[in-house]
Amino acid sequence: MIRQTIGLVFVGVGIAFDFLGVLGLVRLPDVYSRLQAATKCVTFGTAGLLFGVFILKGFSSFGFKALLGIAFIFLTSPVAAQAISRAAHRSGIPLAEESVIDLYKTDGKSKGE
Amino acid sequence: MRVARWILGVAVLGVLFYLNFFVFQGPLLVKMVNVSLFSSLFVLFRVVVGPSPADRVVAVDILGVLTIGMLALFGLFYDQGFFLDIALIWALLSFVASLAFAKILEGRRLDD
Repeated sequence: MIRQTIGLVFVGVGIAFDFLGVLGLVRLPDVYSRLQAATKCVTFGTAGLLFGVFILKGFSSFGFKALLGIAFIFLTSPVAAQAISRAAHRSGIPLAEESVIDLYKTDGKSKGE
Repeated sequence: MRVARWILGVAVLGVLFYLNFFVFQGPLLVKMVNVSLFSSLFVLFRVVVGPSPADRVVAVDILGVLTIGMLALFGLFYDQGFFLDIALIWALLSFVASLAFAKILEGRRLDD
């Protein structure tokens, strides 16, 4: 009974973080800030949901598949986010009007690129 | 104008959540799947409207992550383990697709 409750709380928190991350994806003004909000979907949202599935199902094949999914998502998602933001900056997509400084651009120029 | 958009957005979200959690009668897991489907609807809004190509790539990436969570919920609801196999394969394919889109967006060829 207690295990059911804890697992359902983890699943509910994961769904709530997914929803808030998608809300940030819709509302924020810029590609880079949208990416920053949407990556929260991964680290707390879907990973928390899969951890809740692991708590609900215990040490069975179902639960171990959920743990494997957490490990895989934690390995791959930051790499994809980094590649997308680098490609967006190199293809010349501007920052939002409110942003103050662009250190990636100035560092590239100081090396004589 | 800004205040009107705020009020419209909060009203739409409030109506959706009221209909989901108080009017709709069903198991708790089905309500959670409904919230995930609302999130997918907003992501599709960003895919259609998004002003630059990078916005669309980010939105498709996040759609893959949401689909993994939804498949885990389906597995809990039907009590079948093979949904998580589909979720793992979906994660792998979504990762490869994001890297390929990023490479095309940067202006390089795929065999570079």
